[in-house]
Amino acid sequence: MKNLENIVEDTAVELLKRAANILQNDYVAALSEARQKTRGEIGRSELSNILKNIELAKETSQPICQDTGVVAFMLKLGDNFPIRSKLRKILENATRKATNEIPLRPNAVDLFRGNTKDNVGRHVPLIYIELVEGDDLEITALPKGGGSSNVAAHSMVTPGLGWKGIKQFVLESTARAGSLGCPPYFLGVGVGGGEDYCMFLAKKALLKPFGVRNEDPKVAKIEEELLEKINSLGIGVMGLGEGPTALDLHIEIAARHPASLPVGVVFSCWAFRHAKGRVSKEGKVVFEYA
Amino acid sequence: MKTPVPEPEIRKLNSGDLVYLNGTIITARDEAHKKALEMKKKGEDLPVDFKGVAVFHAGPIMRKEGEEWVTIAAGPTTSARMEMFEDEFIRLFRPAIIIGKGGMGDRTTKACKEYGCVYLAFTGGAALLGAKGVKKVKGVYWLEELGMPECLWVYEAENFGPMTVTIDAHGNNMTKQVMERVSKNKEELIKKLEEVD
Repeated sequence: MKNLENIVEDTAVELLKRAANILQNDYVAALSEARQKTRGEIGRSELSNILKNIELAKETSQPICQDTGVVAFMLKLGDNFPIRSKLRKILENATRKATNEIPLRPNAVDLFRGNTKDNVGRHVPLIYIELVEGDDLEITALPKGGGSSNVAAHSMVTPGLGWKGIKQFVLESTARAGSLGCPPYFLGVGVGGGEDYCMFLAKKALLKPFGVRNEDPKVAKIEEELLEKINSLGIGVMGLGEGPTALDLHIEIAARHPASLPVGVVFSCWAFRHAKGRVSKEGKVVFEYA
Repeated sequence: MKTPVPEPEIRKLNSGDLVYLNGTIITARDEAHKKALEMKKKGEDLPVDFKGVAVFHAGPIMRKEGEEWVTIAAGPTTSARMEMFEDEFIRLFRPAIIIGKGGMGDRTTKACKEYGCVYLAFTGGAALLGAKGVKKVKGVYWLEELGMPECLWVYEAENFGPMTVTIDAHGNNMTKQVMERVSKNKEELIKKLEEVD
């Protein structure tokens, strides 16, 4: 029988594979609907290419995009799950194995020695750990492309400008991202917390369930307004002016310092790749299709 | 279109046209652009000839099967990063076509007009569609030194596309036009932002 460490490693490899190769059904449906609604020939051609590519990836079990990102794992670690400090080692091994097997493009670049060739480097894979109750380890694999990460934006908004200032910054950031991060986009917005924490909240917001608005009706209303206004910017599919600019947007909020209003905006390209699975302390694995 | 593409044929293309490509496509990203320009400055010969062929802003996933290289995934990367090199690159090496995503700026647009070159936008992320258009890998250079994404891969392409001409050889830059409109829309939308209580 495999021990728990091997099970976690194999699960992480499988999650990276699913994330890299298969786009979630509701995203595919949204892109498909966008193609039906888009009037211009260029926008439709771009969406057809996207949908054909998604189909090819699924059929041939290959990565949707050659940029399989810097590998990141978001973990929810249950109180009674027995593996702790070995998690990094296990996830590094999983990353090496996935790089070889899927294959993933080697994307970890050492600042002095160049590409490490196996996607493992200092602090990479990125690992985020949240402590939760229970017996399980939940793993989300999030291989995120560089193009859409490069358009991420951060601002310490003047508190006096309030939500209007926040909304203005999100609109400006999206206009600035323009064609560069492969729209139609998924957006995560983090507000409050601190200068670094708002970026983490933004990334967390990105992973919220598709099309489900914030539990706080006030925040939900802001999400709707932003999504509507972003889609009126006219960036369009691949920045060619036709079709949708964003498919979804989520906001996560935290309390803030009286003098600070930190805002982070994180973008994903249309190929928003992530996969989630759960390992119990007995080694039972469940994969989740969202 | 088929490479090598003669200049008059390039000048017939207009911004907004859809194009499929046959012939030679060579990948080159940041590092390869930099190295090629440095070599030229030193008077050294490049291992490939870019004249009349297509430069592809891409860092593909490749796999060696026996003696042959196979293209697993080859979609475009963000071309804006190459804006700092491209006008010089076009002037010195005279490619007929630049393939990438996200569009390029004024310097590239000017060089395209001057030397008869076009920029074709290929769908970002459409890496398998890209790989499908690669019939054969004809060669690879600088692999050891620059690594898989950054080195030069020489492809024989068949029906590569469809791509959209977004910079033509007449000075038109579609992405720039779209972004100017976006900027205007943004100003209007900011004025209409709702109050939050």
